[in-house]
Amino acid sequence: MSDIDLVEWGITLFWILAKIVMIILPLVLAVAYATYAERKLIGYMQMRVGPNRVGPKGWLQPIADTVKLIMKEIVLPQGASKVLFIIAPILFIGPSFAAWAVVPFDAGLVLADINLGLLYILAMTSIGVYGVIIAGWASNSKYAFLGAMRSAAQIVSYELAMGFALVGVLMCAQSTNLGDIVMAQSGGIHQWYWIPLFPLLVVYWISGVAETNRAPFDMAEGESEIVAGFHVEYGGMAFSLFFLAEYANMILVSFLTAIMFFGGWLSPFEGMGVLDEITSWIPGTLWLLIKASVFLFMLFWLRATFPRFRYDQIMRLGWKIFIPVTLVWLPVVAIGIKLGFWPFT
Amino acid sequence: MTFQLIVFYSFAAWLIFSALMVITSKNSVKAALFLVLTFASAAAIWLLLEAEFLALSLIVVYVGAVMVLLLFVVMMLDIDYAALRQGFVNKLPIAIVTSLAFFGLLYYFITHGEFGPQNYANPAPKGADYSNIKELGRILYTDYFIAFETAAVILLVAIIAAIALTFRGRKHRKAQVISKQLEANKKNRLKIVSMEASIEETENSGEQEPSTAEEKS
Repeated sequence: MSDIDLVEWGITLFWILAKIVMIILPLVLAVAYATYAERKLIGYMQMRVGPNRVGPKGWLQPIADTVKLIMKEIVLPQGASKVLFIIAPILFIGPSFAAWAVVPFDAGLVLADINLGLLYILAMTSIGVYGVIIAGWASNSKYAFLGAMRSAAQIVSYELAMGFALVGVLMCAQSTNLGDIVMAQSGGIHQWYWIPLFPLLVVYWISGVAETNRAPFDMAEGESEIVAGFHVEYGGMAFSLFFLAEYANMILVSFLTAIMFFGGWLSPFEGMGVLDEITSWIPGTLWLLIKASVFLFMLFWLRATFPRFRYDQIMRLGWKIFIPVTLVWLPVVAIGIKLGFWPFT
Repeated sequence: MTFQLIVFYSFAAWLIFSALMVITSKNSVKAALFLVLTFASAAAIWLLLEAEFLALSLIVVYVGAVMVLLLFVVMMLDIDYAALRQGFVNKLPIAIVTSLAFFGLLYYFITHGEFGPQNYANPAPKGADYSNIKELGRILYTDYFIAFETAAVILLVAIIAAIALTFRGRKHRKAQVISKQLEANKKNRLKIVSMEASIEETENSGEQEPSTAEEKS
């Protein structure tokens, strides 16, 4: 390898690292303030005010929480499998950050523009479950183990429905590249996939809530039954890694729903004459952020509204309702595309 | 090219190391986790072969689903590891002979004869916009249609057989009837009795509150 090659290689590596930092830093900040937003929102929904002590209107609460979590000691339970206990949170947070590599923020504004973006996302979310399972097993605790078992069964069940929903998207877009999927939806709000794929949108969204272990699907945590589930033995920084990954996953699911069913960075006023001209100065990234924020808000709203499901209800919903719905809708989509009638054109 | 070689050898080394750990580690859960690592490194090597669809589906299917279910079972097993290792020395010679013979056969077939590398030229690398998934779908549903559908039918038979073997009939099941649960509403569960509001005059006011609360409910 010559010197010039090495220099070029170094520059490429530097640029990739810089791009990763440009995605991860805002993401971590977004996670910190998503916790604040959630506590405030749920507070107002329950006629409370939420955190309001640290800083003006409680704006510095997430910072105070972070400092507290960093200062705390990490306790290793007796009889725990040491290496696995430490690896588990890393295995949980790694894939949830890695999945962001293929998320397009605007036309061409993506870290890794790969052909199989959709499948890559599915692969990353399915690796994430090992963090939960290993954490539950390595803790050497009954509650943690029960949480891990519940989570394993739940994620395997919902991944099927989620995968089928994604198949519908790739059939319509004729591509698994997330950027191409967004571009295939261009032409106005009626071209977005939420109309032809509405049942799949519902299935994907609810499976996404279930995959991120959020209420009302938070069986893996289940505070009222198994204390805190798989991360009951974790404290301090190790716990905050689980927390960080869960919120990063929530934001990811919101972004993916916006990208695959609501036209990603495309403006909703596309092709509407005057409205389109007035709003043309708004950058695509902002549209994507607005759309994703709506879904993030819905996640908080769900948590404030619904009580936790019973376990058999979760399994019934996944296997007996979602999978048949997707299996029925996929042939409909296929026929629609083949015969070319609205809204599949 | 050198960078690809470095990646290949590091993942190949990981693959062999983790495959060895699968059969040598004492704890079956750890063995299963090493098997996951083996699959992951195999997927990375497939990526180098430009088989990105196969690599990612290996991760989605084997790492994401099959191994999770295997771990599910293995974690709940109570295995006596000492008993498992009994007779290890006695059977060692046979094991060595069989594995050496198997290795020799594989080595012969891969390096000589029909399947040898001299019979297959290196395929030309495809461009970045080449879609693996479309090509695979086209070939599976046209040229290899019968083989593909036969495999699907065999899998279906296996699914039905697995259910038939474990299904013990409806008789002893205590499943909830969801439709009956949904039928329950305020009318047939709650009885609201209207009572006149009155304050009982008792000496001990502390016990009074819970008793009125009960009446109201």
